[in-house]
Amino acid sequence: MPFDVYLNVAVAGVLTGLVYGLMALGLSVIFGVVRVVNFAHGEMMSMAMYIAVVLFSSFHLDPLVMLVPIAAVMFVFGYALQSGLINPFITRPEHSQFLLVVALAIIIVNALLIIFGPDAQTVQTSYAYDSFAWGALIVDATKLYAGAAAIVVAAALFAFFRFSLIGKAIRACADNYTGALVVGLNVNRLYALTFGIGAACVGAAGTMMTLITDVTPALGPGYTLLAFVIVITGGLGSMPGALLGGVLIGLTEAMAGLLFTPSAKSMFSFAILVLVLLLRPQGLLGRRVA
Amino acid sequence: MSATWLEGLSPRHMIFLGVILAALLIAPWLVNDYLLTVLIVILYFAYTGQAWNIMMGFAGQLSLGHAIYAGIGGYVAAVLFTRYGVGPWLGFLVAIPVCAACGAVIGFLAFRFGVSGVYFAILTIAFAEFARIGFDHLDFVNASAGLFLPVKQYAYNDLWRLRGSPRMFYYVILAATVFALILSRLLLRSRMGYFWLAIREDEQAARAAGIDTFRYKMYAVMISAAVTSFAGVFYAFFYNNLFPEQVFNISRSIEMILGPIIGGIGTLFGPILGAFVLTGLAESVTSALAAFGVDLPGAKQIFYGICLLLVVVALPEGIWPWLARRLGVGERNR
Repeated sequence: MPFDVYLNVAVAGVLTGLVYGLMALGLSVIFGVVRVVNFAHGEMMSMAMYIAVVLFSSFHLDPLVMLVPIAAVMFVFGYALQSGLINPFITRPEHSQFLLVVALAIIIVNALLIIFGPDAQTVQTSYAYDSFAWGALIVDATKLYAGAAAIVVAAALFAFFRFSLIGKAIRACADNYTGALVVGLNVNRLYALTFGIGAACVGAAGTMMTLITDVTPALGPGYTLLAFVIVITGGLGSMPGALLGGVLIGLTEAMAGLLFTPSAKSMFSFAILVLVLLLRPQGLLGRRVA
Repeated sequence: MSATWLEGLSPRHMIFLGVILAALLIAPWLVNDYLLTVLIVILYFAYTGQAWNIMMGFAGQLSLGHAIYAGIGGYVAAVLFTRYGVGPWLGFLVAIPVCAACGAVIGFLAFRFGVSGVYFAILTIAFAEFARIGFDHLDFVNASAGLFLPVKQYAYNDLWRLRGSPRMFYYVILAATVFALILSRLLLRSRMGYFWLAIREDEQAARAAGIDTFRYKMYAVMISAAVTSFAGVFYAFFYNNLFPEQVFNISRSIEMILGPIIGGIGTLFGPILGAFVLTGLAESVTSALAAFGVDLPGAKQIFYGICLLLVVVALPEGIWPWLARRLGVGERNR
């Protein structure tokens, strides 16, 4: 195969990987702060995708325009979920929290199945088949927009956690729960905010993902696993790690789809997960927690 | 002169267990075909739930990929049967070491490198998914087209080749469930059982007390995997077809663990009770919906989700510890 085929597939994989990374970033933020393993992450992703699809098919609202509103809707959903359902479970054993979220995931998937049916739905924008060409490199417009939007949202998130007062307070909660209580932070509210922010990441990622691929209710569990593979690969709790992991997995899947068969591509992500768990359990950019 | 597996049971326990066993023994002669199938499914989940419970309930290792053991067990027996004419019981004898080895690989990778808790759970899912996609591309087992066992009408029940009426399958899975209950009790009362409980409660303390936690966690995974493998053999010969997309699906793993969670993780009777409650209610919901002419493909699963949610929120210990206290048949080995 000529070199430019590899190049084009690799670039497409990296751009898709950025969207994966944004989705995983939400998971990483939630786990890093609230310490709850959000096993309904992919299900929330497909929820956001369906919102985008419905808005497009009913009102012709472009996903790129609806990015912020959908993220806001998911923020509210995440905030309500944490403060209403998950908060009482903060002190429960790990497996108990886990099962709570699994229950939630099952309900979301099947609610989507009942509402929208099993068939794939898609967003057909006017630029769906456009592409940019630079010499031998040809990039789909949708993937480029999606990848760029993912970078912008991730950058905004980094800035929020680095510079804003609330962002700093959330990081304080993550670093030292008791200390945060002592200095008078409202930890429950900050946890709810964090879960909301994580959900907003998923909302943005899901909206972008509709540009790249179809949506079916069955996608949820797959995205959940993908988000976990990415976050563990990059390092749980590490924000740059999530983006890096996303790009790595996106690239791996694209290359595996090219060199082997597309249906076997997630085997390669799982192989990466197993390798990382064995060789560097804290993840590529993660810190080892005592 | 009571055997060791009955030791420590009060007369009240004996009567309780005896009544239930008697009811289950005569049940297939009283119910129609549909209810018989439901009972088989219930006992199937009671059995797999108990197998999973050995690992999670006793040793505290959360596996969310138990479908891999049932799937591989089923495929081993089915391939031996269809390709080499080896009967299911001999196939089961092959499936045991294969599944135990598979569990050993996963356990070794995880425990050697300190992968525990949620990471371990995700690793188990990853392996099950790996198997699903792998079998989907493995031509030796017909890949995604599925493996079929020859179906013929049998005039008589051939227990040795597991070909026969649903009633025969019912007694096979009932015997397996009783066997799993006895095995669980023996394990729990053994030296190893106490080590497991110590590991479950506090692994560091267990290690400090001199327990080789790595070794006993490995035993837990391997025994649980070996016990689960029979469920796969049973599934293969009862349904006569195996699709990687179905047997290794993450939903199968989740269904397996719902019973013990709802019944009570770590209890002996919880997985059995959980299977009865969950499958019983789910089938009732399905038939109730069907009676109203509603056919919603996701309704049963939503019901599962809501049940799980309610139990996790309201009865975190499960139904059985709560019910046992009321019946006065509490388990001391909790």
